[in-house]
Amino acid sequence: MNNPQLNKNGELQHLLTTEGLPVRILRDILDKASGFVSLAEGHEIKKVPLLHGKSVFNIFFENSTRTRTTFEIAAKKLSADVVNLNIGSSSTSKGETLLDTVDNLCAMHADMFVVRHSTSGAAHLIARHVAPSIHVINAGDGRHAHPTQALLDMFTIRHYKQDFHNLRVAIVGDILHSRVARSQIHALTTLGVPEVRVVAPKTLLPTHVEKLGVRVFHDMAQGLKDVDVVMMLRLQNERMQGALLPSAQEYFKYYGLTQERLALARSDAIVMHPGPMNRGVEIDSSVADGAQSVILPQVTFGIAVRMAVMSTLAGSKQ
Amino acid sequence: MNIHIKNGRLIDPHNKIDARQDVFIADKHIVAIGKAPQGFVAAQVIDATGLVVIPGLVDLAARLREPGYEYRATLESEMDAAMAGGVTSLSCPPDTDPPLDEPGLVEMLKHRARSLNQARVFPVGALTYGLQGAELTEMVELTEAGCKAFSQADTPLTDTRVLMRAMQYAATFGYRVWLRPQDAFLAKDGVAHDGEVATRLGLPAIPVAAETIALATMLQLARETGVKLHICRISSAEGVELVRAAKRQGLAVTCDVSMNHVHLSEMDIGFFDANCHLMPPLRNQRDKAALRAGLLDGTIDAICSNHSPVDEDAKQLPFAEAEAGATGMELLLPLMLKWADEEKIPLLDALARVTINPAQLLGVKMGHLSVGAHADVCVFDPAAVWKIEPAALKSQGKNTPFNGYTLQGKVHHTIVEGHVAYSIQVAN
Repeated sequence: MNNPQLNKNGELQHLLTTEGLPVRILRDILDKASGFVSLAEGHEIKKVPLLHGKSVFNIFFENSTRTRTTFEIAAKKLSADVVNLNIGSSSTSKGETLLDTVDNLCAMHADMFVVRHSTSGAAHLIARHVAPSIHVINAGDGRHAHPTQALLDMFTIRHYKQDFHNLRVAIVGDILHSRVARSQIHALTTLGVPEVRVVAPKTLLPTHVEKLGVRVFHDMAQGLKDVDVVMMLRLQNERMQGALLPSAQEYFKYYGLTQERLALARSDAIVMHPGPMNRGVEIDSSVADGAQSVILPQVTFGIAVRMAVMSTLAGSKQ
Repeated sequence: MNIHIKNGRLIDPHNKIDARQDVFIADKHIVAIGKAPQGFVAAQVIDATGLVVIPGLVDLAARLREPGYEYRATLESEMDAAMAGGVTSLSCPPDTDPPLDEPGLVEMLKHRARSLNQARVFPVGALTYGLQGAELTEMVELTEAGCKAFSQADTPLTDTRVLMRAMQYAATFGYRVWLRPQDAFLAKDGVAHDGEVATRLGLPAIPVAAETIALATMLQLARETGVKLHICRISSAEGVELVRAAKRQGLAVTCDVSMNHVHLSEMDIGFFDANCHLMPPLRNQRDKAALRAGLLDGTIDAICSNHSPVDEDAKQLPFAEAEAGATGMELLLPLMLKWADEEKIPLLDALARVTINPAQLLGVKMGHLSVGAHADVCVFDPAAVWKIEPAALKSQGKNTPFNGYTLQGKVHHTIVEGHVAYSIQVAN
């Protein structure tokens, strides 16, 4: 099966998922992002002309503030023209199909689409449909993937831990519904992290999660023991319906990240969260704002990583 | 019209014939096999040299989409597909709009089908009004109108009391009840097998327990009521085992599988191929192997196409939003041959699953070429190799997971009730 993300030269044509990406491409993106960050050392990232004259369309079929904003900033830093569309509230509600919307935007000479959609596989569908000159970045599709989030997480881990090859990483929370978790798992295993753990009650784990190459824990204390990185996931309020969890209170009691639990990890462990956080549901405020938290640097790095992704795509030959 | 099919290799599973035998047709029936009856004058001679002559295929599940879904397919397009696939008898599930729950609808469908003079259509009536699982349909009236069995199609009957009563009522008259086992709650919102692929792709999943729980309920109620139960589209290894055990215990249960599930598994979904969005979902390699084993040991009686034409727009959507279903009647025979070849079973044995077995499950006298039988015949070239190109399919539904496959076996002639209803166009 052809990897739909790579062109015939093995270069990145679209970024749809971290699954199946060659390690050299992941490293290239992280290295490139480092360049943008060091450009910005101490001050704001400078504007560079790498995407000058290109149009980037942010098409969000599902609401998001942070992801869309960081993509917008990243594209502008690369000198691209940026168009933001919140389609959740426009054409599809008028009955237009996803691909009709995409065709219309192609007719406006888009060079790159940044797509968020509530259904798994939407970005793949669009990538299969568009002309070869157009690049698609998946900014989150259903439960499937959120590759730029995972890449910025990898960037953050590399920034604080330097090497992936001696790490224990725990991903905690609603793995079942999380596109972030899936993308993190694939990125971590590709980059050579020897032990990736998932920690959750059975109702929030996919049935065959161990097939993704992770160790499964249901107990927070065991799952966090001696880890170098704790990656928390957001717990959506609607999980209390549908008999997945009894209450947010009970969830916090057993799976919330508190200082006491964090103390079981290595003393230099870092705490990450893709945001937006539910304080007091999955994470205690004292941890979120504590010394081990790198949650805000994640957001800053997100801009450099998205710049790296966009410039990599723009640099691939057709 | 008198037809003489000469020099062909006749394979008739019911009569256990696999030999070079001529077939003679007169007055809508087979009048002789081997030697011409005295005074027989052929109005048409079909030279079947190098070809195989078999009973017309009987397909237990072919959606014609009428009434109500003519934008997906029409009787005309799907009858053409049946003919091109060598399918001379088919049974259509009741999930039309409105569902087949009124005798008038069934009569109209039968009438429309008859006027096209192609495949014979045997409708399956709705077991409950509107398939809503609350009130029984008028099964006697529906049977008089032409229904051969009663089913819920893909709509599960959640109220087990209604299910039991429906079975009791059907059993009173000796009617067949066809059910696809799927627990409505466990399958809710699911679009793929609860396995490795759904985990990786983040697709809402349907566990095997959705099938086995519903199946266990159905088998138990069949024991209680004595109804003739037929299990439709079994998909899992555990499901096959439940049916096998029930048969061993002497329960009069029968079972079919879709051709898609004989050849495909969840792995074929690849990167969200919506052509593989099927119901029931494609399960894993182990399930596929168990379905094949079930076919070989007779646990599964028949293979159907589960022909479900879907319009293109409904497939050009993200996997979970795309409509489930695939076209299939034109691929039934070549996929059958592929299965027989892979399993190394003689055609005489293999073809029973698409001829005499499904005919008996329907309770109709088709599916064999005995002297005196209805002259429904398929003549195919077993050596013809062709590539599946959706645009070339007669069915209005162009979506198939076998898109691009190269298959062997092509229908040359389809004869229904003694007239040649289809002949392949030979390029000059």
